[in-house]
Amino acid sequence: MGTDPKHLEITLETQVESVNLAEEMCIRVAEAAGFGEDDCYKIGMSVREGVINAFHYGNKERPDKKIHLAVDLTNDKMIIHVLDEGTGFTLSDVPDPLAEENLLSTSGRGIFLMRAFMDEFDVVSGRTGGAEIVMAKKLPLQENPGTNGQGSQGASPQQGA
Amino acid sequence: MRTTVRKLLDDQRTRILLNLADVDYIDSSGIGELVSAYTTAKGRGGELKLLHLTKKVHDLLQLTKLFTVFEVYSDESTALKSFQLAASSEP
Repeated sequence: MGTDPKHLEITLETQVESVNLAEEMCIRVAEAAGFGEDDCYKIGMSVREGVINAFHYGNKERPDKKIHLAVDLTNDKMIIHVLDEGTGFTLSDVPDPLAEENLLSTSGRGIFLMRAFMDEFDVVSGRTGGAEIVMAKKLPLQENPGTNGQGSQGASPQQGA
Repeated sequence: MRTTVRKLLDDQRTRILLNLADVDYIDSSGIGELVSAYTTAKGRGGELKLLHLTKKVHDLLQLTKLFTVFEVYSDESTALKSFQLAASSEP
């Protein structure tokens, strides 16, 4: 992939199949951008968590609402936006899943994982009024072009029915 | 998994060893399911332990501090003995 900035946008239905679709699409972009297998996994997982968040918490699983996914490739990073059509939330209100009292919670780890796996992470108020997750990963150094981005286990299409 | 664990507990099979050798990918929902299975087993007087974690699952459990919650084994016979030891020490 060249050095020209690239932009990709897709509008997803609020359905569980969108999670795999978004993950696969972003993994393919990440592979093409030169990310290695581990980074592709982390990017894929972060997108997965972001879209699950939009699907479940943002759009409340309502099929009349959409999930807007955008990917920007700049010279130095891959930036991913996940926007829902909910009412938004404040990042500081999200409980810490590592706190003793939350360790056995069955939910609430998605934001934490996105933060852990990406180099930059934020949640802003989106143009729909919903939450917009903005996260970025620095592009790998291009010392050995052609040796990165191969062999990701999650690269095969898995779109649901 | 949720249904299987509940069925085992309903059948009074309360010492559950979950072999995750073929699970090379897990997200926050999957982690939530593991926690749910663990707490359900505990709540019904049982135990749920994990066997053969793949690297990604191992790393995720460490990252989320759940490695301190679950008993994790890399050897099945050792894991099974741990249940027997626990049973023999019960009053």
